[in-house]
Amino acid sequence: MASLIGWLGPQEWQALALSLKVAFWATVINLPFALLVSQALARWSFPGKQLLNAIVHLPLFLPPVVTGYLLLITLGRRAPVGAWLEQTFGLVLAFRWTGAVLAAAIMGFPLMVRAIRLAIEAVDPKLEQAASTLGASRVWVFATITLPLIMPGLIAGAVLGFAKAMGEFGATITFVSNIPGQTQTLPSAVYSFLQVPGGETAALRLVAVSVGVAMAALIASEMLARRAAKRISGT
Amino acid sequence: MSLSVDIRHDLGDLTVEVAFEAPGGITALFGRSGSGKTTVINAVAGLLKPQSGRIAMQSELLFDSTSKINVPPHHRRLGYVFQDARLFPHLSVLRNLTYGARFAPHGSSGPALDEVADLLGITALLPRHPGTLSGGEKQRVAIGRALLSHPQMLLMDEPLAALDTARKDEILPYLEQLRDVTGLPILYVSHSVTEVARLAATVVVLDRGQVAQVGTVEQVFSDPAMVRQLGLREAGSVLPATVTQHHPDGLTELSVSGGNLFLPQMDLPPGAKTRVRILAQDVILSRELPTGLSALNILPATVRDIRAGGGPGVVVQLQCSDDLLLARITRRSAKALGLEPGVACHAVIKSVSVARHDVGRG
Repeated sequence: MASLIGWLGPQEWQALALSLKVAFWATVINLPFALLVSQALARWSFPGKQLLNAIVHLPLFLPPVVTGYLLLITLGRRAPVGAWLEQTFGLVLAFRWTGAVLAAAIMGFPLMVRAIRLAIEAVDPKLEQAASTLGASRVWVFATITLPLIMPGLIAGAVLGFAKAMGEFGATITFVSNIPGQTQTLPSAVYSFLQVPGGETAALRLVAVSVGVAMAALIASEMLARRAAKRISGT
Repeated sequence: MSLSVDIRHDLGDLTVEVAFEAPGGITALFGRSGSGKTTVINAVAGLLKPQSGRIAMQSELLFDSTSKINVPPHHRRLGYVFQDARLFPHLSVLRNLTYGARFAPHGSSGPALDEVADLLGITALLPRHPGTLSGGEKQRVAIGRALLSHPQMLLMDEPLAALDTARKDEILPYLEQLRDVTGLPILYVSHSVTEVARLAATVVVLDRGQVAQVGTVEQVFSDPAMVRQLGLREAGSVLPATVTQHHPDGLTELSVSGGNLFLPQMDLPPGAKTRVRILAQDVILSRELPTGLSALNILPATVRDIRAGGGPGVVVQLQCSDDLLLARITRRSAKALGLEPGVACHAVIKSVSVARHDVGRG
């Protein structure tokens, strides 16, 4: 462990820690919204459903730089929404790590929704009906039947969102720039190292770290999902 | 406790327009598949909103299209047993059973967990998960789960249809227990004459979305019009009977209002009440008391009605004291015997089957 700490330079450490922090918060913030939107898209019918579906998936189809630029012109400090947020809540997003969280969350959102929506659609609505005839309201049915049954899909969605947040580059660098120690995430750091002569070794170290984090996340999610699936089948 | 239903719902290729009262005990919604039975029971449960009509439990309105009342399913307090059990796969049998209890209103009364588990013979299954249960076990747990939500009424949609004969025979006694021990009213959807004759007190016959007949099991199955509904092989009347004695030669004697019947040994004690089913095709008619015949069961009767069907057959409805019998004979025989309403004759019964066992024997 000690050698690992020494192995990475301070700027590399900062980039790794920031990326983990950004990815963690992006995932945590995304989860409740992704659940709600997935439930709406999978189960409810309402006017504008196709529009909601399109908006949710938009970041998947737009160039990330475009998403980042859109964020900048709406949430920048001099943009109307950004100025309002700063005056009302004292919240500044552009060129801050909080903005990196938002950019990563938006980019990961469609991936989470896809995974969770598929899981919800796989739950037999007849089970939910049965729960309602036993006296459970819609909220109870969701909490006690739907949610436990979609747990493997939920975990898969969360891991996808986390991985996307760890790797987000285009939208992040456009919206919050690439300030070492403040907004420089792992991919931004790799990019910076590659721009300077002799930076390849540092870049390669970060590449190795990225691979390690990705593998660990995948294995952990695989184990969690297996345990959740086991609980569902009850064997 | 009575349920009254009067609804209209257009399903596209079928318009369900049904009105009936379920007075208590087991009321069977009987009909072929596609007759609208499931639409009706789902409307009662609140899983389907009819286009118009009214559904009330006692004085409590569950649905009324004119006053725009539609109580959501979780407030109707109707325990629903589905054809496909629908147990929650992620919960143990115990937690499936107790799922509805937390939603029951405070102070509502109902059987306790151990009583229900005992009644349905599922005590040993409590720690297991639904994935490891047989079809019959799943269905018993589903019945227990509905009971333990303390419902005002049970709704059962073909609860035995997905099971094989052995599993059916495993569950039927439990349903009889339920009927006789809990006294809970039950709306029972079925297309099986055997089940309906064995379980139900009242029958509502549905045909292409309409109510074709309503009445007691005895009345409905003794109506000649039912022959068309059921087909020739299934048509037959249901009679209440009492076990009088067991004979040493292996026969059990039963009394019906019009006389006595002999059946192969039954495991019911003398005095037990039961129901017998006599198929229309198993009854032969004779104007004189026949002699030199191997048939043991001969009841005096009077012709009430003769209904011609398609083909060479007619259906004769007979009055045997308080009971009604159906006989299917050829048009030619009817003419040769001079059968017409009011004519006395003898019904020779080739075969009788037991339709019902009441619980509380011995």
